[in-house]
Amino acid sequence: MDRYRRRSAIDRLAKAACVAAVLLALVPLASLLAYVAAKGVSGLSLSFFTGLPKPVGEPDGGMVNAVTGTLVLVGLACLFGVPPGVMAGIYLAEFGDNRFGKAVRFSADVLSGVPSIVVGIFVYTLLVLWMRGFSALAGGVALGIIMLPTVTRTTEELVRMVPDSLREAALALGVPRWKAIVRVVLRTAAPGILTGLMLAVARVAGETAPLLFTAFNNRFWSIDLSQPMASMPVQIFTYAVSPYEEWHRQAWAAALVLVAMVLALNAGARLLLHRRAPR
Amino acid sequence: MMFLGGPRREDPAQGREAAPRSAPAQAVEKLRAEGLKAWFGATLALKGISLGMKERRVTAIIGPSGCGKSTFLRCLNRMHEVAAGARAEGRVLLDGVDIYGRGVDPVQVRRRVGMVFQKPNPFPTMSIRDNVLAGAKLNGVRLREEDALFEKALRRAALWEEVKDVLARSGASLSGGQQQRLCSARALALDPEVLLMDEPCSALDPIATARVEELIHELAERLTIVIVTHNMQQAARVSHYTAFLYLGELVEYDETDVLFTKPQNPRTEEYITGRFG
Repeated sequence: MDRYRRRSAIDRLAKAACVAAVLLALVPLASLLAYVAAKGVSGLSLSFFTGLPKPVGEPDGGMVNAVTGTLVLVGLACLFGVPPGVMAGIYLAEFGDNRFGKAVRFSADVLSGVPSIVVGIFVYTLLVLWMRGFSALAGGVALGIIMLPTVTRTTEELVRMVPDSLREAALALGVPRWKAIVRVVLRTAAPGILTGLMLAVARVAGETAPLLFTAFNNRFWSIDLSQPMASMPVQIFTYAVSPYEEWHRQAWAAALVLVAMVLALNAGARLLLHRRAPR
Repeated sequence: MMFLGGPRREDPAQGREAAPRSAPAQAVEKLRAEGLKAWFGATLALKGISLGMKERRVTAIIGPSGCGKSTFLRCLNRMHEVAAGARAEGRVLLDGVDIYGRGVDPVQVRRRVGMVFQKPNPFPTMSIRDNVLAGAKLNGVRLREEDALFEKALRRAALWEEVKDVLARSGASLSGGQQQRLCSARALALDPEVLLMDEPCSALDPIATARVEELIHELAERLTIVIVTHNMQQAARVSHYTAFLYLGELVEYDETDVLFTKPQNPRTEEYITGRFG
């Protein structure tokens, strides 16, 4: 009986320690969210979403260009990053049990470890210098490269999770292999892959460093892909290092919007994953 | 169909009374393996098997685990080579034409020789209806009279009455036995000439097993069936002919009645009387 009491005391102690650790880990996240929300709310207004950046002192300044720019850049990133990433993932899962597959897997892992600013410099030397100017296109390429390894490895993992019995079922019906992969394997893995894509987009939406060399920034309204384009992270950076109170407020508001976007993407991804579990 | 719902017979000699009537001898060979060898990597799993399977008859393949019976079955519609490192050698004649011959497309072979697997494997993302039509739909075949086709397939698989009101539900929502009959319907919708069944009842309870065995019996009126089973009573109940495989070799083949009552080879006798395996 005594031993039992001792055991349950240790159990309670360990549980308390774990709860404390969780709370401790949540402190930075919660305080960050609270701080950004508190600071950002005052800067939010209709003009934030409709107006263009204005010189200090003029009323109704906003960053409609940066909000749009971030959406365009993320869209471009998906365009460049998703198709090759998904296809590479399929290759690795279905045909990649060889030396070439190993090499691709290894390079993807290395690429996902490369600091994003290095990707920025790479695209700068490759595209920006060649095109003689910053452009949204270059920004999209940089973000796409950052997405690529994540998309590849998630797709691979999820395609691998599709049971072989489904592949066999399709093949035994006289379906050619490529069709079995596209219509059965991919279809079965689709919700999971979509979740992975949303997480990759969430990660890339807040990237600042690679955009500094590529999409740069733009004070004006522009959706011309060959021209510099504003984005929320870069705009936050620009405003935050300025000495003006009004710009600081707008930077906080932009930070809030960006965090909300990323959170919404994450929550959406999780919801999708959740809904797929019960049938 | 007295052999269906009755209690499991433990003695294969007794089961014989329940077996289908002895098959007429004039049945033609639909499928014939000649010197069939199969490898997994460097391991020889089938050591040269020659065996004919008669048209509109049920041929059972029995033998202890690892004897190569599933491998043999999978060689009959070129599914063996799908696994990594697997290959086969020898000839398999379908209506006299070697399916391993040069220029033969395995995809076409599989449309004529359908397969039902050990574990039911309906497509979880598809409705019951789409599962049945999957063979045609995945192959991009435009279907006229779609409704008639899948109703016919489901009826042949003895599943229609149970699912006709829930055709839009997921194929994974059915019970195990229903899933197995759904997989049969899916194979039957392609109107195959041969149906290969790889231990189709091993994951099913006795009632579901009886339904599938009934199904096998009915299907044999129209097509050639090869069934792998580790259940000797089942082999005795459903098949006209039985082949006993051991360690990758064909030990004995005969009419089911004969093999279970007067086995020629001592190994066969030991196996069917339960002394090993």
